[in-house]
Amino acid sequence: MDISNKQVLRIATAGSVDDGKSTLIGRLLFDTKSITSDKLQAIEESSRRKGLDYTDLSLLTDGLVAEREQGITIDVAHIYFATKTRKYIIADTPGHIEYTRNMVTGASNADVSLILIDARNGLVEQTRRHLYIAHLLRVPKVVVCVNKMDLVDYDQALFESIVNEVKALVDKASLTGFDISFLPISSLYGENIITDSEHMSWYLGDSLIEALESVEVKSHQTDLPTRFPIQYVIRPKTNEHHDYRGYAGKIASGTLKVGDKVTVLPSGAVSEIKSIQKYKTELKEAVAGESVSVLLKDDVGASRGDMLVKEGDFNFGNEVVSEICWMDNTPLVVGKTYKIQHGVSESRVKILGLNHKVKTDSLLVETNISDFLLNDIGEVVLRSSKPILADSYKDNRNNGAFILIDEFTNNTVGVGFVA
Amino acid sequence: MNVFDGQFPRELEDESIYIMREVAAQFERPVLLFSGGKDSITLVRLAEKAFYPGKIPFPLLHVDTGHNFPETIAFRDALVEELGLELHVRYVQDSIDKKIAVEESGKYASRNALQTVTLLAAIEEFKFDACIGGARRDEEKARAKERVFSVRDDFGQWDAKKQRPELFDMLNGRINVGENVRVFPISNWTEIDVWNYIREENLEIPSIYYAHQREVFQRDGMIWPNSPFINKDESEIIETRTVRFRTVGDMTCTAAVESDADRIERVIEEILSATISERGARIDDKRSEAAMEKRKQYGYF
Ligand SMILES: Nc1nc2c(ncn2[C@@H]2O[C@H](COP(=O)(O)OP(=O)(O)OP(=O)(O)O)[C@@H](O)[C@H]2O)c(=O)[nH]1
Ligand SMILES: [Mg+2]
Repeated sequence: MDISNKQVLRIATAGSVDDGKSTLIGRLLFDTKSITSDKLQAIEESSRRKGLDYTDLSLLTDGLVAEREQGITIDVAHIYFATKTRKYIIADTPGHIEYTRNMVTGASNADVSLILIDARNGLVEQTRRHLYIAHLLRVPKVVVCVNKMDLVDYDQALFESIVNEVKALVDKASLTGFDISFLPISSLYGENIITDSEHMSWYLGDSLIEALESVEVKSHQTDLPTRFPIQYVIRPKTNEHHDYRGYAGKIASGTLKVGDKVTVLPSGAVSEIKSIQKYKTELKEAVAGESVSVLLKDDVGASRGDMLVKEGDFNFGNEVVSEICWMDNTPLVVGKTYKIQHGVSESRVKILGLNHKVKTDSLLVETNISDFLLNDIGEVVLRSSKPILADSYKDNRNNGAFILIDEFTNNTVGVGFVA
Repeated sequence: MNVFDGQFPRELEDESIYIMREVAAQFERPVLLFSGGKDSITLVRLAEKAFYPGKIPFPLLHVDTGHNFPETIAFRDALVEELGLELHVRYVQDSIDKKIAVEESGKYASRNALQTVTLLAAIEEFKFDACIGGARRDEEKARAKERVFSVRDDFGQWDAKKQRPELFDMLNGRINVGENVRVFPISNWTEIDVWNYIREENLEIPSIYYAHQREVFQRDGMIWPNSPFINKDESEIIETRTVRFRTVGDMTCTAAVESDADRIERVIEEILSATISERGARIDDKRSEAAMEKRKQYGYF
């Protein structure tokens, strides 16, 4: 399918502590008149209680008591607003390094990453880390917002030197996979967010909202090979639907058409699509992203965790090389067994080896490692108890990631991106 | 407030149906918490769609405070009948009688907080491992922080600092003994998304969402429905006005808005031009700045 403007655009913020991410999101909502009067009044009151002489718009997203006390974001907040063009879902993520896993969580669904830089500090460790994560997650669009321009006299030369520094880093570290643009802003005073800034007449580009409204997210997913993970088997067992067997799921990539020849993985059984249903509607065709039920011509005995693919376009095995981001306080070690969930399919994996770690502050690669600690990113080799039906993440964002789950605590302890 | 072309973005429905199916696949004893409000009505439609032509593979639970709008109860029973659903009702009054909950007193007395006690008792009684609820992240600032699969401990408590990372659309519902999960399939919907969905799907909703004549009185700048459950003082005068409700909670904590919107299109128009949020009419949130976060720590939905 061609380029389409999505109805829903998902954005995640990034950048170091206090760079102004939450303030920016608060501004965006305030300036688009998306904050109702009672919510605004509540924020004004808490700002006054905190002894501020201005309205602290970051209080809109920093909703937890601990966050308001410390003036920082700890966990992801989801914020919504809409324009005439589309609906926006914003994940406001924490900038503190300790909460990097929450930043990764917020960025995992993002179409756009807004990376903030404090103009006074320029490119810092977190900028490198977050650019790397945007690259790792293949977030299609990165907007670097150089914030707090009001504190540096709206200095054009300074803005340009930061832009050049970031561009040089992106080139040097080969951070590919995204389209990048730059904006000088002041979140506090709402400059270049919705309205242009009179202090920065030298800046001729888009305001933030203009940049967001014009983001075209290519829906590559429908061009990719078909991946239909079976999520649930619908078997009504009533007289009327005695032999009904609907394979329900959300199409990860590609398309399904009535009459398509399909293979069920991992069994390899083949059949043909008899019908595609969405509630009471019969469809001729369904595309990536849709939740449907598929009926096959033959009884192939497929179940949850299996996958329908079109004939001939698959190659999956039990051993995978993968980048991972570790998200637990207990380190990852070689030889340990975890549960793995790839999409809706679950099995067990053993960690066979740790290839390297990327030191995300310097983007240097470290080999000869013995474990992965909280927030470490790097490459590992895994072997699974059954084939992992995943594509390379960089080719197929919707079928290339998995999570690791601790077998004892049941917590989600890591996320992986198949190489 | 603007809205994308007045349409409901269908990818939200695909996402919610996916979540419903994950619940059915990952849990042994899920339940859908049904209040009779527009959000839980939306959940029922999503569950219907997720398993069609099969039946919804889990029951509904209504935690009945005894302070409901009668219209809501009538609506609930008709819906259950029409769709052939299984409904459990558990009463806050029973928890009070058993002395595991204590009735509040005073002008602002409400049973809203007591619902938690009855809910936790029902979870234990039926051994529910997942409770599906209609909370949305746009409702309130503590909700904005919650995951789609939100793990609660034995006491139903939410620990904001120990939330599991939720990556892409992969949901981890594995729990330890004693824990249960609250599931929020319409986390990413806003109030207007719900209304547009109701309009596009032609869903029936309780009549109190539309403009009607009702006995009300004024308190703290808001319009309250008259009922035997609310403690009034002499200065609070009953009058009949044309109003509607934006949310359906208890009669003791849900304020009305003056309105003549008698059809869904007009309700939507009204919401689009409203300057006050949906929860601005809920007295339970006004108790303190962190009211919702605190209630959730104690197992509230
Ligand atoms: N002068 C000035 N101050 C700003 C601007 N943007 C944010 N600030 C201030 O910077 C401080 C931090 O802002 P936040 O929005 O909380 O920063 P954050 O990036 O969300 O921080 P974390 O989420 O904790 O990482 C606050 O005191 C803001 O008022 C700006 O454009 N100009
Ligand atoms: Mg913040």
